[in-house]
Amino acid sequence: MSTTQIQVEAEVHHDDHHDHHQSFIRKYIFSEDHKTIAKQFLITGIFWALIGGAMSVLFRLQLGFPDMDLSILKPILGKWLTANGKIDSEFYLALVTMHGTIMVFFVLTAGLSGTFSNFLIPLQVGARDMASGFMNMLSYWFFFVSGVIMFVSIFIETGPASGGWTIYPPLSALPEAMSGSGLGMTLWLVSMVFFIVSTLLGGINYITTVINLRTEGMSFARLPLTIWAFLVTAILGLLSFPVLFSAALLLVFDRSFGTSFYLSDIYIAGEALPNIGGSPILFQHLFWFLGHPEVYIVLLPALGITSEIISTNSRKPIFGYKAMIGSILGIAFLSFIVWAHHMFITGMNPFLGSIFMFLTLIIAVPSAVKVFNYITTLWRGNIVFTPAMLFSIGLVSFFISGGLTGLFLGNSAIDINVHDTYFVVAHFHIVMGSASFFGMLAGVYHWFPKMFGRMLDEKLGYIHFWISFIGIYMVFFPLHYIGLAGFPRRYYSFTNFDAFGGFTDLNMMVSIAAIITFSAQFIFLFNFFYSMWRGRKAPANPWRSNTLEWTTPINPGHGNWPGEIPTVHRWPYDYSKPGAKEDFIPQNIPLSETPESNLPEEH
Amino acid sequence: MSAPTAAVGEESKNIWMGGVSPMNVSYGKLMMWFFLLSDAFTFSALLVAYGTIRFTYMAYEGTGDAFAFSQEYWPIPEKVFEAAPFLHGVNLPLVFVGIMTFILIMSSVTMVLAVEAGQRMDKKAVEKWMLWTLLGGIAFLSCQAWEWTHFIVGTDNGSTLPNGTTLFGASLVVNQYGPPAFADFFFFITGFHGFHVFSGVMFNFLIFYWAVVGKFERVGHYEMVEKVGLYWHFVDLVWVFVFTFFYLV
Repeated sequence: MSTTQIQVEAEVHHDDHHDHHQSFIRKYIFSEDHKTIAKQFLITGIFWALIGGAMSVLFRLQLGFPDMDLSILKPILGKWLTANGKIDSEFYLALVTMHGTIMVFFVLTAGLSGTFSNFLIPLQVGARDMASGFMNMLSYWFFFVSGVIMFVSIFIETGPASGGWTIYPPLSALPEAMSGSGLGMTLWLVSMVFFIVSTLLGGINYITTVINLRTEGMSFARLPLTIWAFLVTAILGLLSFPVLFSAALLLVFDRSFGTSFYLSDIYIAGEALPNIGGSPILFQHLFWFLGHPEVYIVLLPALGITSEIISTNSRKPIFGYKAMIGSILGIAFLSFIVWAHHMFITGMNPFLGSIFMFLTLIIAVPSAVKVFNYITTLWRGNIVFTPAMLFSIGLVSFFISGGLTGLFLGNSAIDINVHDTYFVVAHFHIVMGSASFFGMLAGVYHWFPKMFGRMLDEKLGYIHFWISFIGIYMVFFPLHYIGLAGFPRRYYSFTNFDAFGGFTDLNMMVSIAAIITFSAQFIFLFNFFYSMWRGRKAPANPWRSNTLEWTTPINPGHGNWPGEIPTVHRWPYDYSKPGAKEDFIPQNIPLSETPESNLPEEH
Repeated sequence: MSAPTAAVGEESKNIWMGGVSPMNVSYGKLMMWFFLLSDAFTFSALLVAYGTIRFTYMAYEGTGDAFAFSQEYWPIPEKVFEAAPFLHGVNLPLVFVGIMTFILIMSSVTMVLAVEAGQRMDKKAVEKWMLWTLLGGIAFLSCQAWEWTHFIVGTDNGSTLPNGTTLFGASLVVNQYGPPAFADFFFFITGFHGFHVFSGVMFNFLIFYWAVVGKFERVGHYEMVEKVGLYWHFVDLVWVFVFTFFYLV
């Protein structure tokens, strides 16, 4: 339990002036500096994104080219290929399961929140470091251990967990149900327990830092929207992950100790199992109580990053700052009371379904507020098309086009038709997967100068953006049609069904687009690692931005600011203020220095 | 958390303006509060799961005197938990668990006194009250161990199923007192709570030890006692809910 760490930690005291000659291990491995921890999360996230992406390419090969001979991959896949060079059908299920798990948890939760909450919270609220550097370090290393366990599970003989990333029992509870439900599932659960502890340690830290360690003048109404998003994300994680923890523990007992929390009336090969009285639907309720907030844990940080980048690069104040905060809070609140829209076809009372449908559709309101505000911020701005800006605009595009299909899926009547089809896959890959992924990339492009003191190459960034943007639409847009035609997700092969024969070429196109999109990420990887050492040296404030992180030295050391922490005198969106000398006024500039641009109430 | 945030441009000395801890608590205590909030959701999930499964079973509908254990309906807790140590065969419904609950609540009281002593920087009193709190926690765990043992061993005569087999006691798989789910949840939730108490006893011991060796005097404050105190009260509060849902309802 994480309590142990909380207790022990309080004894570790901060000292802003301690020795800066730390050993290599303390500086780069077991570091308590939030900037180093953020980079650790980022690099680990990139590593997992590559694995998760490569897995998707593998199963896209199966879907697009079912007769392809993959013997060339024999050295990597070994026994997971059948004699005639095709992907084993159980391994296919393992691939989709691990792809989902890795992308949702390791890349878009830990990789996104872990990187940017860690990096930006102290820098943007004006703190020397996180409230507890020690817990922050533990948070990364719990995540690391969780990753190692998940990684090991890929290589065991019975294969990793294969029951889908949602691990519904009874499939996941009964080792005899499929080979992936054996040791692979056990390792999955153990890994997730570590992951949840990591999330809690991180989340408690983020919340406490934002509340307690803001610099003077940094009221909540002057927080950059990134910080608002990270704060609310951390609260979501704090309240939803423990429920997954409980659900997973009960599942562990069902799997290993003979209880029947989720199991009842099951026959395997004609033999009745002794389990009675449990309810698999109970697991779904518990799982989706986490699962739905998780969607916003993934998405909100990306939306916060986007708000910041769009405002900076439109050279305009964010439109509707308070409405943005309100919509973040609204989305967060609603995310806890809509979980059953994932379960419309579990036989729930249709009246209950209609209530969940109603609540679900209300989310469209704050979401639309956000989209409207992004567009109105762009409207008539002096837009600077940096790669980060392109990715942010791409996010807005995905958020709209993916969000629209959410209106269909949230409708309990229509959902009966499209439930668990590729329509769902298309929907959430655009609105949650790709949008968050773009938010993460936008953040990397925007804050790379602060992280490494060098600039990423812009041309490579543009190429990366356009291939990814077009590629993602090429991948996921056709999936809507395949889904509307009724093709279910997670099926190994669709060629056995006459109804789907007509989609072979479309599937082929999707697979090719997926491979191209995945390949384009290597442009980014090259850019990332090349620029880290060889990139153009970054100026102090490359994007002419207002937030506090740009008032630190180009390579901020331990403690972030060499002298005193700057005091904040204004909100972070004073861009193109009428009368001002420059088109931006950083937050630490007092009103007394800008008499020419002060508003009447600011004199 | 409910205090309104300052309006943009307002320079009044508002506690939410940054530069100070707005709720006047250290980050450590704040973290403990948020951890407890999160842990509350862990327990809520378990109790909700318990409620869900429980209400898929029939309730017993006859009179209290005619009650007999059956796999068909959920048992009446008073009929299950009616034993006490050294009083074999005496029908004492909920007496023993009542004593357990009283002990745990008393240990919360002594914890409050320890915290109060810490605020006065009274080393001796902190040691004394932490010791009582420790004893309370250990006593609760010991009582729970006895109760679990009794629950596992079962009654003298056991319960006979319609097919003629007789069950004694309960495990995670079979249960003489009613449906196996009753025992599953009993073991899981009281066990999970017991694990929290156990962790709490460990923390309490650590605090006691640190108080004895004078660590807090060197640091200059007894805030760790408060933090562990928060945890201890929380564990106590959770027990009130567990007690209500498992023993009273």
